Order: sequence, then structure tokens, then C-alpha cells
Amino acid sequence: MKTLLLRLSAVMIAFGGAHAADTAPPPLDSIGQRVQPCLPCHGKEGRATREGYYPRIAGKPAGYLFNQLVNFRDGRRHFPMMTYLADLQNDAYLREMAGFFGAQRVPYPPPQPPQVGAAVLERGRRLVMEGDAALRVPSCRSCHGTRLLGVEPAVPGLLGVSQDYLTAQLSAWRIGARAAHAPDCMAELVQRLRPEDVNSATAWLATQAVPDDTGPEQGFEHPPALRCGSIPQTGQQP
Amino acid sequence: MRKLLAVLAVLVALTLLAVWLLFPVDRQDGEAPRAAYTPPVDSVERGRELVTMADCRACHTARGGAPFAGGYAIPTPFGTFFTPNITPDAQTGIGRWSATDFWHALHNGYSKDGTLLYPTFPYTNYTRISRRDADDMYAYLRTVPPVSRPTRAHELGFPYNHRLLLVAWRLLFFRPGVYESDSTQSADWNRGAYLAQGLGHCSACHEARNALGAVKSKHNPAGGLVLNWYAPTLTSPREAGVHDWSIPNIVMLLKTGRTGSTALQATTMGPMGEVVYNSLQYTRDEELRAMAAYLKSLPDTGARSGGLVRSSAHTGTLSKGETIYADDCAQCHGDNGEGRAPAAPPLAGNRAVTMSSTVNPVRIVLFGGYSPGTAGNPRPFGMPPYFQTLRDDQIADVLSYIRASWGNHAPPVSGDEVGRNRGSPLF
Ligand code: HEC
Ligand code: HEC
Ligand code: HEC
Ligand code: HEC
Ligand code: HEC
Repeated sequence: MKTLLLRLSAVMIAFGGAHAADTAPPPLDSIGQRVQPCLPCHGKEGRATREGYYPRIAGKPAGYLFNQLVNFRDGRRHFPMMTYLADLQNDAYLREMAGFFGAQRVPYPPPQPPQVGAAVLERGRRLVMEGDAALRVPSCRSCHGTRLLGVEPAVPGLLGVSQDYLTAQLSAWRIGARAAHAPDCMAELVQRLRPEDVNSATAWLATQAVPDDTGPEQGFEHPPALRCGSIPQTGQQP
Repeated sequence: MRKLLAVLAVLVALTLLAVWLLFPVDRQDGEAPRAAYTPPVDSVERGRELVTMADCRACHTARGGAPFAGGYAIPTPFGTFFTPNITPDAQTGIGRWSATDFWHALHNGYSKDGTLLYPTFPYTNYTRISRRDADDMYAYLRTVPPVSRPTRAHELGFPYNHRLLLVAWRLLFFRPGVYESDSTQSADWNRGAYLAQGLGHCSACHEARNALGAVKSKHNPAGGLVLNWYAPTLTSPREAGVHDWSIPNIVMLLKTGRTGSTALQATTMGPMGEVVYNSLQYTRDEELRAMAAYLKSLPDTGARSGGLVRSSAHTGTLSKGETIYADDCAQCHGDNGEGRAPAAPPLAGNRAVTMSSTVNPVRIVLFGGYSPGTAGNPRPFGMPPYFQTLRDDQIADVLSYIRASWGNHAPPVSGDEVGRNRGSPLF
């Protein structure tokens, strides 16, 4: 934990003070003012950067963001600072925070240059865009949206997030350190992948440019190939 | 090592003596002062309210786990305690316990099989609870869904892992006994005292503990360190004392987690936020008013004030702190520490800033945080964390500055004090 904090500190000092000065301060009695404590880590408007560990939260489906805040609060995900902040807050307030960040439409950072060979990237592209029938892995795209920017209300986009972060999340699912509402389709899917596939998929994702943030898609082209407890059945709130 | 063994040997020798000193324990079961409102007739419903006031669930529930099924970890200087399962499951919970077994745990601090319990379970306070209230709590706990979840063993360092030590500990520090009304005081005051000393177990955090984990004394002026926070003493207006607050303001703090009026602004965070969120916000106003009356009457032990004279040695520190304040803090707390209602409290004249213990201000600047999101304050504002953007010496400088500006007179903070808290667990 301590070393992670130190690492994060270094990153933050490098991109430091992203929260202040360059934008007009929000009105005092507003949700924008209330989420100020989130910005030192998640960046202005929650946009983060490609480097470092902090995930982008701007523009992800609000239902997904809300689920995560609840997951930190209830111990399905583990990051002490996030648990500490969400711990004593009621659902309505967490939903309001999620709604604020979900509604932000802000530019994405430029893609990361590839760090791996062409074969690995190609394997990654195949997994994301087509899946792997032999491993019974549906394409990432089938759930995360044709443009990989997420699907309302509960599936996040996979672009504009650092490879470190993506890899850490998939590894957390593999070792049981992250869970979503049951049935947990991501946990099931990660078990089906070969260990090296995680790196291939995240390496490819991190090198993708994002055209412009038109936000998550409104619904699935085809129903997801696995059942996901976090995706509400029609008509029900996430 | 040798010394410890010698100590243990003495303790063993004391055991025989102690056993008959300790059992028979106090068997008296007096009446609790009457509730400040008309409680429900149904004993399960009464028990539910009492269990909420005693905050049993917060300790006996793991994060995201089934209520009362235990497994919550409590880190202490002696090691980590894991709370037991107190659902009515017959194998792993307290399903086979009688109301009398339950009474012995709460009142006398021992388990169904006679095992002496560690005072991390605050029976040192719960012993004040009346037998009738305990029976109601038992009745309620029988109705929660039974959960099969074996209790995890504590992970304690030597010699604390030996329950035998508790024999001596109890001799020194524990006297079972229900609350006895003070006939010179009002009914409200007595009810408040009963709630604060017993169910609410305020002193379990708000009084200093000695090296053996015992609350030092009833009138100890110094607060206590809990879960790496400092719980300021309730017996000094310079710390957490509410002697000169109005009753409605005290009730508001306990019920909502903050007081609103700009003249007197206070917030709760960390363990106190947890107590407000899980317990006090559900307590009846009448009961909180009674508690407030009692808190106002506590002796004022007049804790020390800072008394810093701006010496030249500090001017450098203070001017560095002033710059950081202007860059990072003034936007919320105001150019002169006057606060910006409703978004941030004043720092001028704020005892949470000037308190002699620097633990809480250091923690708050390092890790930030929100007051609890209670029904009375559902959308609290929060303080950002600075552990990543400010170094230890910078946090020390800005704290030294706010502790010595705008009429505040408290001694400076050192970078070491900040460094010591950097690795603190977050709760
Ligand atoms: C100290 C830095 C820090 C602060 C302050 C912080 N976060 Fe986070 N947050 C993180 C990190 C790191 C993660 C990823 C944790 C992990 O490994 O799962 C995260 C994850 C999240 C996620 C899940 C993102 C995803 O894509 O799954 C949400 C939502 C979130 N934070 C919202 C917030 C909100 C709202 C606040 C303010 C109330 C906040 N955070 C404050 C560091 C922070
Ligand atoms: C069956 C649908 C489905 C498929 C297929 C799928 N995902 Fe997911 N994924 C989800 C859902 C639902 C979530 C949100 C889980 C939650 O609420 O925590 C998610 C979350 C994630 C996250 C966490 C994002 C964050 O911001 O923390 C990552 C990373 C991820 N998926 C990667 C992938 C990759 C890579 C693939 C392809 C190999 C993939 N997913 C395929 C449904 C799917
Ligand atoms: C500050 C945390 C805390 C609070 C609050 C708390 N407990 Fe406990 N409790 C503990 C710990 C720790 C133990 C284990 C003690 C031991 O093993 O010696 C314990 C033990 C017990 C036991 C003994 C179980 C056994 O199997 O021996 C009972 C019964 C119990 N608690 C009931 C309660 C009730 C009822 C309340 C509310 C009135 C309560 N507790 C509040 C921490 C707490
Ligand atoms: C689990 C430990 C714990 C318990 C139990 C607890 N407190 Fe506290 N309390 C704290 C801590 C830590 C602080 C300092 C942090 C803060 O101000 O929120 C505090 C602060 C306070 C303050 C000062 C608030 C301010 O900012 O001026 C008051 C008043 C108070 N507590 C009253 C009570 C009363 C009354 C009870 C019993 C019903 C109680 N506390 C029980 C830990 C505790
Ligand atoms: C985004 C607005 C914001 C900024 C910037 C900010 N604070 Fe705060 N601060 C708050 C809020 C809101 C609280 C009250 C938190 C609560 O309700 O418990 C607070 C609480 C505090 C407290 C505890 C006061 C109390 O009554 O418990 C201290 C000390 C403090 N801040 C110091 C600082 C310092 C030093 C800085 C600059 C390094 C700073 N703050 C920057 C909003 C801010």
C-alpha cells in the first residue's frame, strides 16, 4: 500500500495542481464544488490522463460510476482512499456524484505509443474486436460498445484509460480482488482468457485514439453473450 | 523477555486469588433512568433502538458483509481484533445463548463458556446498561437473520494474546455495575448520563487509554487516540467540550454530523463520522437533548491552550505556509480563514485546528474527507487530500501558519509529525 501511495505521489507531483486556477470555480452551493475532493486524483472534470494510474471517470455511464462507488463502499473493490471517501455517504448522494462525472464531455488525451510487438497488438485487436471462440470469450466490443466508449447505463468505456489501470483491473478480477454485482461476467471472462491475453488486449486498447467523445451508446446491438449482474434488466434502475 | 516471563509468572500466581475475586461478579440489575420519549411497547422494537444507539452493528459487521455476522477487523496497538458473529446462528453465532448469557457478556465481560473478553468490546461502558434494556437487545438480536460464519481468531502480539492477562487487567480496571441515578440531578440529566456512559460508550474513544488499553480515569482531561485519530476530550471547551453550546446546536452536531451556524461551526469526520452515521443520526431528538444536557454539565478541566508568540524562528515557516495557504486553501477557507459558507468551515477560531494534539488536522490535510451524509446533511462538502501534492514540510508549514493566524495561537507542527501520519490506515 505504502509503495503504491509513493508511486502515485510521484505521478501526481508530476502532473500536479491539475485542479486549480485554469477554470472558473464552480458556484459554491453546487455539485461541482462538492466533488472538488475528487479532482486532485481524477483530474479536472474527471478527465484524468493517459499516464499514471488514476482512471478517467468523465463521460462513463453514470450507472456504472455509481455501481463502482457502491462497490468501494461495500468492499467489492479495494482502494483505501476510494473506500474512505464513499464510506459514510448515502446512495442518493453517490448517484448525484456519479451523474455529475457521467455528464462531462471532455477531450481525451492522445493515445500511448505502442510498447509491444505487432503480433501482441494483433492478438489484442482480435480479442477486443472479434473475441476468441476457442476460449469461449466474446469480443470486448460486444459489451463495451461498438466504439468502445461504453453502453448506458452500466458498462464503462475502455478508451482513454492508462494500460496500467486496465491491466490492474483485469488482474484484480483474476485474483478475486475486484468483484461486480453477481453474476460477475467480467470475472467469468477473465478466467477464460490465457494469462498473456490480458496484456495483449490492454496494450492494444491503450494505443487507440478516441475520435471525439460523443458519450456511451444507448443500448446493445445484440444482448451480451454472458449475464452481467451489473447490467440492469430492462426497466430496472442499476 | 525474562522480565515478561516473570511478569507472567506473577500473573499466574494472581489467578487463583483473582478467580474468586472476580466470580461472583456484580449481580445487581437496577432500573435505567426513564427514556426521554415514550419508547415502543414491543420489546423487539425497543431492543432495535437500543442496539442502534449502542452501535453494535458497526463493529460486528464486516464491510459489505451480513449484519452482525462479525469479521470486522479492529487494528489496535496490541494487534488486530476480529469481531465475533453475534447473529442467532447456533454453531457460529450466539444462537445457543440465553438472555442471561448475553447479560454476562454485556455486563460482566465474559462469554457463554466463561472466557474473559477483551475490552475492545466496550463492556466497560455497556456494564452500565440495565438488565431490562439488555433483555430487549437480546430479544432484537434473536430476530436478525442467522448467518453461518465462523469467528476468526484475533491476531495479537505477545503477551496480549494470552487472555490470562485479562484477569489482572480486570482487577485493576474493571468494576461491573449498572448505572445508578443521581438523585440531585434532573431526570433528563440522568437519562443523558445513562446513554453517554453506557449505550453510547463515548468514553471508550474520548478518554485516554493507558499502556494496557484501559481508559485511564473518569476525569482524565486528555482525549484518546483511536484508529489513528485523536478523540478530543469532552471535558474541555478547547477540545470537544460543548459546555457553552446551546442544546439545539449539540443535538444538531450529533444528529447531522455538523453544526451550521457560522459563529460556531463544527464537523465530524473519521470514527466520529461513523458513530454519527450509523448510530446517533437514528437516535430520537428527545434522547439527544438529554445527552446534550449531560455533556454540558461535565466538569471543565480546562485543557491547555497553545500560547505561541510569533518568534523570529518561525517567521520563515509562517511565510512559506502563507504562500501555500493562498495557493491551495484560500479558495475554500477564505483569505482570512473566515470560511466560505456553506462550502468550507472557518479555520480562524476553529478548535479542530488549534487543538494541542495535531493528529486530526494533519490527517485532514493529508487525506481530506467528507462529513457523513446523514439525513440532516445529505450532501456534505468535502476537503481534498494533499498527500500527493504537498510534502511533509509543506503540510507542516501551512498547518503552522493556520494555527498561528487570524487570532489562532497554537504551537507549530513539524514535518516529522506529518510524516508519522502519512502511512496511517484510512477509516
Ligand atoms: C487519492 C486519489 C483519489 C481520490 C481523491 C478519488 N479517487 Fe476515485 N479512484 C482512485 C483510484 C486510484 C481508482 C482506481 C482504484 C482501483 O484500483 O480499483 C479510483 C476509482 C474510482 C472510480 C471507478 C472508476 C472506474 O472506471 O471503474 C470512481 C467512479 C471514482 N473513483 C470516483 C471518485 C469520486 C466521485 C471521488 C470524489 C468523491 C474520487 N473518486 C476521489 C483515486 C482517487
Ligand atoms: C458480457 C459482457 C462483457 C464482455 C464480453 C466484456 N466486458 Fe468488460 N465489463 C463488462 C461490465 C458489465 C463491466 C462493469 C463491471 C462493474 O460494474 O464493475 C465491465 C468492466 C470492465 C473493465 C473495468 C473498467 C474500469 O473502468 O474499471 C475492464 C478493464 C473491462 N471490462 C475489460 C474488458 C475486456 C478487455 C474485454 C474483452 C476481453 C471485456 N471487458 C469484455 C462487461 C463485459
Ligand atoms: C468497538 C467495537 C465493538 C462494539 C461497538 C461492540 N462490540 Fe461486541 N465485541 C467486540 C469484540 C472485538 C469482541 C471480541 C472480544 C473477545 O474476543 O474477547 C466482541 C465480543 C462480543 C460478544 C461475545 C461473543 C462471544 O462469542 O463470546 C458479544 C455477545 C458481543 N460482542 C455483543 C455486542 C453487542 C450486543 C454490542 C452492542 C451493545 C457490541 N457487541 C458492540 C467489539 C465490539
Ligand atoms: C469510535 C470512537 C468514538 C466514539 C464512540 C465517540 N466519539 Fe466523539 N469523536 C471521536 C473522534 C475521533 C473525534 C474527533 C474528530 C471529529 O471532530 O470528528 C470526535 C469528536 C467529537 C466531538 C467534537 C466535534 C467538534 O468538531 O467539535 C464531540 C462533541 C463528540 N465527539 C461527542 C461524542 C459523543 C457525545 C459520543 C457518545 C455518544 C461520542 N463522541 C462517541 C471519536 C469517537
Ligand atoms: C475544495 C475546498 C477546500 C480546499 C481547497 C481546502 N479545504 Fe479544508 N476543508 C474543506 C471542507 C468542506 C472541510 C470540512 C470537511 C468536513 O465536513 O468534515 C474542510 C476542513 C478542513 C480542516 C478541518 C476543520 C474542521 O473543522 O474539522 C482543516 C484543518 C482544513 N480543512 C485545512 C485546509 C488546508 C490547510 C487547506 C489547503 C492546503 C485546505 N483545507 C483546502 C474544504 C476545502
